[in-house]
Amino acid sequence: MDHNSKLPVVMYTPDSQMRSPLHLLRLMCRDLASSRELAWRLFVRDISAQYRQSILGVFWSFIPPILVGLVFIVLQSRKIVDFGETDIPYPVFVLVGTTLWQVFAESLNAPLQSVRKAKLMLAKIKFPYEALILGAFYTILFNFLIKSIVLIGILLFFKVKITLGLLLVPMAIFMLILLGITIGLFLTPLGMLYTDIASGLPVVVQLWFFLSPVVYPPPQSFPFSLMTTLNPVSPILVGARDLVTKGFITNLYPFLIVSGLTIIALSITWILYRISLPIIIERMSA
Amino acid sequence: MSHTLLIAENVSKKFCLRLKRSLWYAVKDLGSEIVGCKNSHKKSLRKDEFWAVRNVSFRLKRGDTIALIGPNGAGKTTLLRMLSGLIKPDTGCIEVRGRMQALIALGAGFNPILTGRENIYINASVLGISKTEVDRKFKDIVDFSEIGEFIDTPVQNYSSGMRVRLGFSVAVHINPDILLVDEILAVGDWGFQRKCFNKIGELRQNGTAIILVSHNMQVVSTFSEKALLLNNQKHTFFDNVGEAISEYNKLFSVKGDSDITKICNGTNKIIFYKIDIEQQEFYPGDSFIICMHYESLVAYPEIQIDTKIMCTNEPENYFQATNRAYDKKIDLQKGKHVIRIKVENIPINNADAIISISIWAKKRAEALFWWRIPLKFNGIGYSAGKNFLNMLYEVN
Repeated sequence: MDHNSKLPVVMYTPDSQMRSPLHLLRLMCRDLASSRELAWRLFVRDISAQYRQSILGVFWSFIPPILVGLVFIVLQSRKIVDFGETDIPYPVFVLVGTTLWQVFAESLNAPLQSVRKAKLMLAKIKFPYEALILGAFYTILFNFLIKSIVLIGILLFFKVKITLGLLLVPMAIFMLILLGITIGLFLTPLGMLYTDIASGLPVVVQLWFFLSPVVYPPPQSFPFSLMTTLNPVSPILVGARDLVTKGFITNLYPFLIVSGLTIIALSITWILYRISLPIIIERMSA
Repeated sequence: MSHTLLIAENVSKKFCLRLKRSLWYAVKDLGSEIVGCKNSHKKSLRKDEFWAVRNVSFRLKRGDTIALIGPNGAGKTTLLRMLSGLIKPDTGCIEVRGRMQALIALGAGFNPILTGRENIYINASVLGISKTEVDRKFKDIVDFSEIGEFIDTPVQNYSSGMRVRLGFSVAVHINPDILLVDEILAVGDWGFQRKCFNKIGELRQNGTAIILVSHNMQVVSTFSEKALLLNNQKHTFFDNVGEAISEYNKLFSVKGDSDITKICNGTNKIIFYKIDIEQQEFYPGDSFIICMHYESLVAYPEIQIDTKIMCTNEPENYFQATNRAYDKKIDLQKGKHVIRIKVENIPINNADAIISISIWAKKRAEALFWWRIPLKFNGIGYSAGKNFLNMLYEVN
C-alpha cells in the first residue's frame, strides 16, 4: 500500500517551466544523467547502421576535408591564389585547418539533423530529449577519432615536431565541438518549425568557411582583421591548430574568452531547447 | 489497492487549423514560454484555433481500466499525448504517479537496417528501460513476440505484423504502473491479438492501471468497467461501460433515415394498399408481424419474399433470406388478401436497423413490392455487442 507513496510524481500544467527555475535545473540534470544510456544506444545504432550500409565506411569521415585541403594546396603551390606566408608548412596548415573545420561543421549541423531524424519518435514517445544531443556529440567524437588518425599521419609525413602541447588538443577540440553544437542547438527550435533553417544552413556554413581562417592565416590589417575578431570560430579553430602544429596557443586570451562564452551560451541554449520541444511536438502530427 | 495513480483536472488543449498560423503561434508560445509569462492567453482561442480537448477531468486508480471512446477527431489521441507528457495542456493540470508506458508508437526508434536483437535494446532504452533489465527479460520478450530465428535478421525484412509484435513485446515487459493503449491491438494476426489481450489482463491483475482507446466496442466492454466518452468538446464519464457504449452507438445512428422508403408499391396488375407493423421500436427477444394487404388482378404462383435486415452501423447485412431458406412455397391468389411475415425472437442488441422486404415474381424477373422500414432495437443494460442471446444460469 505505502509503496504508492514512493512512486515518482509528475505534474503537467500549462505554466511556463521558467517560472520554477530551480525545478527546471533539477529536471535538466536528472534527464541528462538518465539520457546517457539512451544516447549511447542511439549513437551505436546510428554508427552501426551507417557503416553496415556503406562500403567505404570510415573513409567518409576524413576524405572530404582532405580533398578540400588538397585543392588549396594545389592552388597555393601554383600561385593561383596567394594567401601569404604561414608560419608552418602550408600543406600542414591547410590539412589540419580543413579537418578541424569539418569537426566544427559537423557539430553545427548535428543538433538539428538528429532532432529532425527523431521526429517520429519525438511525436509519440516521451524520453529525455538530451539524449539526442548527447548521441550526436558521441557521433562527432567518434568521427573525430577517425580523423585524428589521419591528422597524426599528416604530422608524421610532414615531420612536424611532436610536442607536449598535443595533449591539450582534445580540450581545444572539445571546445570546437561545443561551439558548433551551441550554435546548432540554438537554431534547432526554429529549424524544427520552419524548413528555411535546414535549407539555409549549408549555405551559411559554406560562406562561413571562407570567412574563417581555415585555408589562410588570420588577416592582421583592418578591416579584414574584423573577420577573425568578430568570428567566434576563429580563435578556437586557430587555437586548436596551433596546439596541433606548434604545441602552444599564440593568442590565448581570445581562445579563453570564447570558450567561457560558449559554455554559458550552451547552458542557455539547452534551456531553450528543453522548453521549446513540447511546443514543437505539439505542431507535429502524432 | 485503490490508490489514485492519475488525476486529470479540467484539461484542455487547443489546436490551430492553418499550418502557417500554427507555426507562427508556436514561435509566439515559445517566446512567452521563455519569458515565463503567466500564460493567461492560453485560456482563450486565438484566430483559427479550436478546442481539441475541452475541460476533461477524471481519476485513474490502481487496477482500473478506463476506456476512452468517441468518434474520430474527438481528441482521444490528443488527451493521451497530454497524459504521457508529450505536449503540455493549455488549461488544467495532470498529476501522474509511477511509471507510465504508452503503447502508442510500437517499435519507436527501430532502425530498419539493424537486427531485431539490436533493436530490442534500442527500443527499450527509448522507453527508459536499462540494459540490465532488458538482459534479464530478453528471452521473455523474444518468446512473446514469436519472432524466433528472425531475431538476428534486419528489421527491414520483417513483415509489418512482426515489427509490431516485437514492439508490443518490448513495451509490455517493463511492468508499468499506468499503461496507455491506443488502438494498436488491431494489428497482428488473431492469435497474437489474443495473446496481447491476455498479457494486458495479466498486467491489470498485477495492479497496472490502463487507459484504453479503441473503436472496437467488444474490446472496450471486455476490458474496462468505466469509460470516458469524448465527443464534440464534451466529455461524459460513465461508471458503467455498457451505458457508455450505447451512448457511443447513438452518435452513429443515421439521422433523417427514420422514414419508410417505398421503392415499389406494386404493378399495374397488383397493388399493395396497406402495410401494418405494430411498432418500430423493440428490445432484444421481441417478435413482430408485418402484414401486407394486397389486391391483385392475376395470380402469382411461387413468388419469392426477400427479407433483409441491415444494422445502420454495420457495413454488411445483419440477416438476409428468402422464403426458400425456410422451404416455404408461397402463391399469391387473385383478389384481396394479406401476407403476414412473423419475425420471432430477434436478438439484435442496441442498434438501428432497416428491414427491407421485397416480393418477386416469375423467378425474380418482376418486382411486385419493395419497402424499407426503419426499426430501432434498444440495448439491454450490462450488455454489449450487436447480439443479445438468451442465457440460462444454473448452479448445481
